[in-house]
Order: sequence, then structure tokens, then C-alpha cells
Amino acid sequence: MNENLKIEPIIGLEVHVGLKTNSKMFCGCDAFYFGQEPNTHCCPVCLGLPGALPVPNKKAIDWCILIGLVLNCQVNKESYFERKNYFYPDLAKGYQISQYNKPLTYGGWLEIKSEIRSTKSETNSKSQITNIKKIRINRVHMEEDTGKLTHAEVNGEKVSLVDFNRSGVPLVEIVSEPDFNDTEEVVTYLKKLHQIIRYLGVSDADMEKGTMRLEPTINLKISTSSGKTGLRGASTKVFYTPLVEIKNINSFRFVKQALEYEIKRQAEEFAKTKTVKTTGNKTTVGFNEEKRITVLQRSKEEANDYRYFPEPDIPPMEFSQSQISNLKSQICELPDTKIARFIKDYGLTEYDANILCDSKDVAEYYEKTVNSKQTTDNSKQITPKIIANWIINKKADISKVSPEELVKTIQNKTRTVSLPDEELEKAIKKVFEANPKAVSDYKSGKENALMFLVGQVMREIKGQAEADIIKMRVQKLLNI
Amino acid sequence: MNLFSLTIQEAVKGLKEKQFSSVDLVTSCLERINQEEKKLNAFITVAEEGALKQAKNCDIQLASSGPQIFEQKPLLGIPAAIKDLYNTKGLRTTAGSKIINSYVPPYDATVVTKLKTAGVVIVGKTNQDAWGHGSSGENSDHGVTRNPYDFTRVPGGSSSGSAASLASGGCLFSTGTDTGSSVRLPAAYCNLVGIKPTYGRVSRYGIIAMASSFDTIGHLTKNVYDNAKILEITAGKDDLDATSATEKVPKYTQVLGQSIKGLSVGVPKEYFVEGMDNKVKESVLEAVKTIEKLGAKVKQISLPSSAFAMSCYYILVPSEISSNLSRFDGIRFGQERETFGDEAKRRIILGTYTLSAGYFDAYYLRAAKVRSLVKKDFDQAFKNVDVIIVPSSPSLPFKIGEKSDDPVQMYLSDIFLCPINIAGIPSLNVPCGFAGGLPVGMQIVGPQFSEELLFKVGYAYEQVTDWNKRTPKI
Repeated sequence: MNENLKIEPIIGLEVHVGLKTNSKMFCGCDAFYFGQEPNTHCCPVCLGLPGALPVPNKKAIDWCILIGLVLNCQVNKESYFERKNYFYPDLAKGYQISQYNKPLTYGGWLEIKSEIRSTKSETNSKSQITNIKKIRINRVHMEEDTGKLTHAEVNGEKVSLVDFNRSGVPLVEIVSEPDFNDTEEVVTYLKKLHQIIRYLGVSDADMEKGTMRLEPTINLKISTSSGKTGLRGASTKVFYTPLVEIKNINSFRFVKQALEYEIKRQAEEFAKTKTVKTTGNKTTVGFNEEKRITVLQRSKEEANDYRYFPEPDIPPMEFSQSQISNLKSQICELPDTKIARFIKDYGLTEYDANILCDSKDVAEYYEKTVNSKQTTDNSKQITPKIIANWIINKKADISKVSPEELVKTIQNKTRTVSLPDEELEKAIKKVFEANPKAVSDYKSGKENALMFLVGQVMREIKGQAEADIIKMRVQKLLNI
Repeated sequence: MNLFSLTIQEAVKGLKEKQFSSVDLVTSCLERINQEEKKLNAFITVAEEGALKQAKNCDIQLASSGPQIFEQKPLLGIPAAIKDLYNTKGLRTTAGSKIINSYVPPYDATVVTKLKTAGVVIVGKTNQDAWGHGSSGENSDHGVTRNPYDFTRVPGGSSSGSAASLASGGCLFSTGTDTGSSVRLPAAYCNLVGIKPTYGRVSRYGIIAMASSFDTIGHLTKNVYDNAKILEITAGKDDLDATSATEKVPKYTQVLGQSIKGLSVGVPKEYFVEGMDNKVKESVLEAVKTIEKLGAKVKQISLPSSAFAMSCYYILVPSEISSNLSRFDGIRFGQERETFGDEAKRRIILGTYTLSAGYFDAYYLRAAKVRSLVKKDFDQAFKNVDVIIVPSSPSLPFKIGEKSDDPVQMYLSDIFLCPINIAGIPSLNVPCGFAGGLPVGMQIVGPQFSEELLFKVGYAYEQVTDWNKRTPKI
């Protein structure tokens, strides 16, 4: 046997995001359902009672478009809802109002950092090259959530209970193209998507509460080459394994585990059966979190024909360029831009800026603190970097301490140990004189030397200044 | 003179002048129902107790506020029969089907709320073809309704009970729905005035859907004035129905009596064809002449796409029906899906097929294109004429059982009616003759939101004829 096997996973993602509008998608019921008494947030519309009609929630539609816009999608100037017909006990009307032919937005992308692990032997090291990869977004559309089934035992009888509180909650579906070739990329994408949606403030995207649900679809591209590798005569054959959709996963970790399990399973399955992808042999599986395996739910024989057709109860929607521009203007500063600005404006490292910008609340708190320092105090020692450190190291509980209070706290802590500028400069020069090699090392490009010098200065002044301030001064003097 | 024979206009006058009370009026109708119901089977539910209670309440209001209360409540104390597709809070609503035989809705349809607010007393819920599927009333799971003019004949459907009950004096007006014919055909077969308004003119909220993009909410009355009066109340934008129109609702009764001199009337050749009943044809053409004498100009026109209307209708309508009826899944409403009657099953199967992958393009999409052609035909015609006059039915009321074994023959009863629903435009059925003791009806059809004009024309015609004043001898 002289066969080389190359296995490459192909993964696409469907992400459902429950919006945090006050009311449901098609009726006036309170959309907040988590932890509420079952069937208390219901009306004829979301219960699908005979004669009830849906009226779309404008805010939800705006928010869906907003998500589409930040994912670089086009807005369909003419869009409409369609009915997705299927039977399930949690589906009150026997159809879900969704979108199919004309989603609100389509054709976008999200850039992620993808680390390509190089295993080339000549470098003899596991070098990682960080690339920017564009994940194409097929569509971002609007639909409604279903009710929720609970299987329980009541008076010794096994029953299924339906709670319609979630029925009709606005749901945005974000569908990527199958552009992921690595489970790590999937997680990076999901984290970034999660962050952006929370920045927009349109959803809590809380996976435990089910307001962000993940459904990857995966298969494998298997290339076999027989004969001597690298030679022109070698014949290469490419196979694609059948598509598998993994339903409703509620954590990034489980997505990774489920995908990794599937990669292994599909490779083994292929080795055994040589079955390849055909139209109609897609299967649907669930993920068993305890056993960390996927479990078959539906095979091709049971595939649904959803019989989509335009929802006659809701007129088609039209969006003018000015409406779209108006929505665009509502988009807040997004994480990537904020991170770049923090690095530039506040001299933060990429690492620190990333941490601060992870949550919009923290980033905003940080900026307020930096600004309040500028307006209320003349203490130059409190640099943006110091404030960043305080927040990152959680020296203060930002949910309780106001930005102004934080500035004061930092002042109090630093004032007692602060040295006048001239004293500090004197100490630095003294250290330079005592360590000429470190100075010349730094100047020849050895960054490590800087921290050595900072350490020496710190010792010289017996810790009477913050390391960051010393570092700044040392750098400044070295660069003269 | 029996109180149940009054028009709304006459009854309101009598109430104002204290000639009789609402209780007298409602009692008269209820007695009539008790007397005739065994023969007619016009009601699924009679709300005797509730109606009398409501009537008493109306009398108290009238006594304490005086006649000016009719300014706020223009229909105070007027007995009405409501089609069973309309949700009525606390009053059983079955849609004519056994599937929801014991269903008592927790809410009122918007139109029911509006009628109640106007002071209407509901005497009961009328029999109908289940879910609105039918042209004769024979598809009801509650038994066939009979035509008061001839008990061996159908009253027309699907608003069969609404027509039979009004024609026989069970109420002073009744409500209906019209997806393909369901107000106008029973109105024609029972000698009544029936309006199919412009799609979106009256809210659909709370009225059990047949085919959502075709359903219109109309009513039946004894004359044109009453009909215009009811539409003044029921029409208008409803925040609970996204397809309801924002167009202003005119005061329809104010134009009644105005001259129709100079009006241009179109008579399409495709609606006067071989094979139709000659007496019907003659009656309608006679009516056209009468209208001409009133000063209208008559033009021959053509609506060529109407030939495809039935095929288009029987693809699009079942498609929507198959989806609309899927909520009756046997989980929450008690009855399993095999309880559906034959006609509902037929339409569910037909619609599921036309929406299925691989067939959707050939059926649903193509029919949707035909729909726009039919619409265009009418748009084109209304560039040259103000209204169009056509027969409501190619035949007189037919015998019970005559067409029930042949669904296609049954569907063809609606051949002059369905195209109007496809175009989404309004049409008013007005009685225009009798043949062998059976009524003939004609439709006055106009462009979107032209109800005011239709009432004006209908009223002018009614003033010089007296077909609508004939009542069945029962």
C-alpha cells in the first residue's frame, strides 16, 4: 500500500441569535421568557389560535439589518417573509415564519485571525503564522422562535409539556458559507460574532439561556494519492464525505468537541464504507455533551420538504437607501476599530487593548476613567496604561466604583510612592552608566534589555514609581 | 308587519321612536329562528340567552341616553347573525368543522369588536361550508343549509347559513367571508345584497383564515343602504392585521341617491357565454338596460385572462389552505386530522402537492404569474369604464346533491366570482330578477377601494326596481 491520505474538514455555521426586543416578533407579548412561569407570555398570535395574525416588529427588523450591515452584507431593498411548513408540537401554527428567497441581508463576510500551524521540517519549530481570513456570510435573516418542549413525569405518567413563552421571540439567523477548515477557526469566528452582537446591544447572546445557538454543518474533503508523492505520475483522487448538520449546540467548547468527534467519525466511516456526499444524503445529528459524541437524529429518508411560500399575512418590505444609511449611522464603534484606536491613542499593547475591548462596558468604563483623569486631575503619573492595568488586574470592582473614584483611588495609591521627575531621571542615568552593555544591547534591537534596565531603576529608587512610568522614561532617554 | 322583516334603517327608526324595543326586535328574530331552523339548518349555535341579555342592555342604554345614542352606537339593539369563521369571545366558534367542534375562543375578531361597540346583538353563529370550502353549504360538518326560496335547493356557500338566516328573518343582517364567492353567491341565491370589499378594506384579524391573500370580510343585508351602513363600521386600518389598508373610510351612506348619469358601465363578453342559464343572462342584461336608462353609458369590454382564473385560483388557494390548516394538528384542539371533511382533505392534499419541492415552480409560481395577468386585465378595463356588470352565477340555485359528487362542477359555480378575488377588487351582489321563483343576482364590480361607487350604482338601481323587496314564502 502506497497511499497518502489528506483530510481537510469543511465546515459551515448557522448561528441563531435571540434579539432582546421588548415585545415578540409578531405580537405585543413580552419577549423575555427565561425563567418565567410557563405559558404566561402568550396571546392568540403566538399561541397560533385560529384567526390570529402576525404583525412584524419593526425594531427586530432594524436590528437584523444592523447585524447584517456589520457583517458587510447587502440589504435586500425588497424583502419578504415566507412560511416554513412542518409539524412539531412546539410549533403553534404548523409553520414558522422565516425567510428564504429574499432574506433581509445577504452576501457579507467577517474577518477572523486564523493561525496556520506550519509543520515544515526545515524550520524545525512549530511556527505559527497569523493570517487574516475572510469568512463569507451567505445571509442574515429574520425569523421567529418556537415554543419549548419539556419531557417530564407528572403523577407517575410520562408526558411532554409545551411552553409557548418563547414562541414568536425574534430570532436572527446568521448563515456562513462553508469556509472553515479548522475547528479553531470556528471558535474564533464564534467568539468574534458573539462580541460584535453584544457590542451592538441587540442581544445578550447568552448561550446558557439559549439566546445564541450554534449549528455547524461539516463534511470532509479526503484526498488520496497513490504512487510516489510529488511525482507527476502520481494520481490524486478527491472525495467528499456526506454532510452532517449538528443541531442546537450551546457552547463554543461543545462546538469544538462535536466537530472534532465528527472529523474522526467521518474519516473512519469513509475508510470503512467509502460513502460520498450525494444530494439528499445529508444527516442531522445531536451532540451528547456527557459522552461527547454525536447522535443521529434524522437521516435522508426523513428529510423535510418545508414547502416555503411567501407569507400572505405580511406585506413585502421595502427599504430605501436613506433608511439603510440611517441604520448604518446607528452602528457603534466595533471591537476591531476600538482596539486599534486604544493602541494608537492610549499607547496600549495589543494584548491589553484586546482585554479591555472584550466587553463594550469595560471599554467604555476605561475610556471614561482616562477622560475623567484628564479633566479632574493634573497628576501626570496616572497614564492610560496604569488605568488599563488597574482594570485588567481587577484591582477595582468596576461595577461598584465610578471612573472618578477609580482615578482618585489610583492617585492615593501612587502619590505616596511617587518621585519627582528629576529624581527619577537622575536614577535612570545612574543605571545607564552602570550598565553600558544593556544600553547598547537595547540600541542594537534586543528588547529584553529594556526590562532589565527598568528593573535596575526600580531597585535604585526602591519602588517609588510605577513600572510603567519608569519604562516610559527609560525608553525616552534611551531613544535620545 | 313582522319586526323580523324590517331593514336596519327601518328598525333604527322604530327604536328611536320607541315603536318597539330591542328586546321585541330580537325576540321576533329568535322566534323566527325557532320556527324555521328545523327546515333551514342555518345556525350552528343560537345564542338566545346572550342575545336577550344584550337586547335588554341596549334598551336600558337607549332609555337612559335617548335617541342620540345612535350617533355613538349606530346599530344599537340590531340583531345580527355571525358566520362561524368569526371568533366570538365566549361563544362557540367551529368554522363549520368538527375539528374544533367545542372551541370557545378567548377573543373577538376585530370586526366582532367593532360591531359590538356599535351596539349589535348577536343572535347566533351561522352554518357554513367547513372552513369556507364550498359554494353550496353542503360541505358543512353540521349538515346542509337549505334555501328559503326552495328547500330542495342550496342557498349558496360558503356563507350559507348567513344568507338563509337573513332571507328568512332570523336576523337583520349577517356577516360573511368571501375568498372566491362566499358572500356573493349566497347573496345571489337568497335574493340579498352582499359585499365583497377590496382586499384589505376590512380587517381579517380573528376570522379563521381560508386563503390569507384572498380572504375578504363582507356582509349580507336586505338592501344597499344597510350594506353601506355596515361597511362604514367594519372597514378601516387595524393594527392587528398587517394587510389591512390605510385608505380613509368614506361615509358610504352619504353618496346614496346621487345620480349615476354619465357613468360608464363595462359588460365583458367572457361573462355572458354559451352554457349558462338563459334566464340568468336575460335578467342581468335587463338590469344593465335599466342602469343605462338611469343615464349610464354601456360598453362591451373583454377580460380575456378570466378564462384562466379558475385554474389559478385552485392552485393558489389550496396552497395557502394547506398551510393555514396545519395548526389543527390534533395536539391542542382535541380532534385528529382525519376528522377533516372530504373537501378540506382534498384541498390540503392539493395545496401540499403544489407547494412541494419540484412542483412549486410549475404550479404555485406559474399561478402567481397568472394572478397578476388577471389583475392587469381588470386594471386595463377600468381605464375605460367606471364599473363592470356581470352575473354572480352562471345558473340559478341548484338542487342539493346535484353537484356534490363532482368537485369540478361545484368549483365552476364560482366561475364569475373567483376572478374578482384574484384581482383583489370589490364587488357588490344586487338582486336583479327572479326565474321560476328563484332569485338572480348580478355583480357590480369596481377598481380597488371603489365601494362608495358600487353602493351608489346599486342604490340607484334598487330605487327603480323592487327585486330585493321580495321575500320567500315560508
